[in-house]
Amino acid sequence: MRDPSEAETDMSEADHLGTVAPRAAPPGQDNAWPVAMLTLRVNGQTHRLALDTRTTLLDMLRDHLGLTGAKTGCNQGACGACTVLADGKRINACLTLAVAAQGQDIITIEGLAKGDALHPMQQAFVDHDAFQCGYCTPGQIMSAIACIHEGHAGSAEEIREFMSGNLCRCGAYPNIVKAVQDVAGQGDMRFPGKGGV
Amino acid sequence: MQPFEYHRASSLEDALRQGALEGASYLAGGTTLVDLMRIGVMRPGRLIDLRDVSELHGFDTGGETLRFGALASMAEVADDIVLRQDYPALAESLLLAASAQLRNMATVGGNLLQRTRCLYYRDTRYSACNKRNPGSGCAAQDGVNRQHAVLGGSERCIATMPSDWAVALTAFDAAVEVAGPQGRRTVPIDSFHIPYGEHPEAETALRPGEILTAILVPASRAGRASCYVKVRDRESYAFAVSSAAVALRLEGARVAEARIALGGLSTTPWRAVASETLLRGRTIDEASIREAAARAMDGADPRPGNAFKVELGRRTVEDALLRAMRRAQEGEAA
Repeated sequence: MRDPSEAETDMSEADHLGTVAPRAAPPGQDNAWPVAMLTLRVNGQTHRLALDTRTTLLDMLRDHLGLTGAKTGCNQGACGACTVLADGKRINACLTLAVAAQGQDIITIEGLAKGDALHPMQQAFVDHDAFQCGYCTPGQIMSAIACIHEGHAGSAEEIREFMSGNLCRCGAYPNIVKAVQDVAGQGDMRFPGKGGV
Repeated sequence: MQPFEYHRASSLEDALRQGALEGASYLAGGTTLVDLMRIGVMRPGRLIDLRDVSELHGFDTGGETLRFGALASMAEVADDIVLRQDYPALAESLLLAASAQLRNMATVGGNLLQRTRCLYYRDTRYSACNKRNPGSGCAAQDGVNRQHAVLGGSERCIATMPSDWAVALTAFDAAVEVAGPQGRRTVPIDSFHIPYGEHPEAETALRPGEILTAILVPASRAGRASCYVKVRDRESYAFAVSSAAVALRLEGARVAEARIALGGLSTTPWRAVASETLLRGRTIDEASIREAAARAMDGADPRPGNAFKVELGRRTVEDALLRAMRRAQEGEAA
């Protein structure tokens, strides 16, 4: 543990990317834990917050920014319920440390709609009844958008392979594939771009 | 998760300096490390994030040596058009691994350092794991060992090495480039993963503080007629029960060169030397392929839960050789 007297208070760019100060130990605990001052861009907005370095991107989104669309499922990268876009690439937010996500543009399901107008993929999931309980749906939709953008939605078979990182325990897979095919066939899907949505 | 300090390295020198500090661990894609930290199997006190070290990024699939920067993502390498055409086994080994999300995060260097999926290694409620607690024993020997190794194990450990990419690299005699406090060196892939002798906790040839910087693959004319066959418990997104990377170079109907490596069956990437030797100079056909595949599991030492893997391994090699033969014949016809 770093000596508190060494903790930097200068907020230059380099300091944003590392531990800045240890937090005092709570009563009854022996150890303090390192805290980092983070700057993260989420859905086009910049957020600054001081967080325990152990905080994952998923926990930061849900517990600190109130963006609860990305879901905690397995919490070990096996189910895809936490899928978000980082610089346009789909990733598992549960295996991403928030400190390590600095400098990237993060897009969550909350960043897709424009006002009341759903993103075409959200609309397609509604139109094709591509969910039952809905728990995996935000992750499915984020993954589906990336799947098309990557060029991996050429056939039902290819969609099934490249969507295999998103599990649906209700078994809505056939309609999920139809929704992805529908949007892929429209040809001009809006892809959430850098810096915003 | 144990608390840790976080530092994002600005250069390789900075990373090596920070990596020499007590309790330091390097962070690349994080898909293994963050997972194992959360379940208490790994407990670094300091993470050195390598993502901003520019020389670790990028890859080049042309020329006499293919070079993959350690931080190139699995997804970007798997999508490379040259690799898919000239070395399909390498591209397929990446594409058939993990999920699209994980392939975007995980790096080709980190892939070689991923830890075994042995249930006893991953579950800290079991004290007997020689990898996690050196000298404590191996719960898998008499436990649920369906997923475990039939080649290269010992009474101390039978955990499988989970990387598909390492298996394909082994077939092509790749090498791993590392940088450390004492400078740079190159380690052949077949001595990078250490066979389990007395010390199963030592998995790779990396020394303390060293960073895997790149993977080098010598260009091979056997690359085009290569394939990676992976047998899984489900159609996609699962670790290998058994796998084979195979590459063939034919001269007419005769085998000039056969490269065969196995995965999912062994504690380290496994070269099926007896099968390769048997094929060399032979006429390629279903009979010679069957004969060669029959030797692929020489030396197997199965446990009750994984005895099926001996036959499964042979059939995996047979299937891979048949596919590679067809690719070689199509290549000649084209």
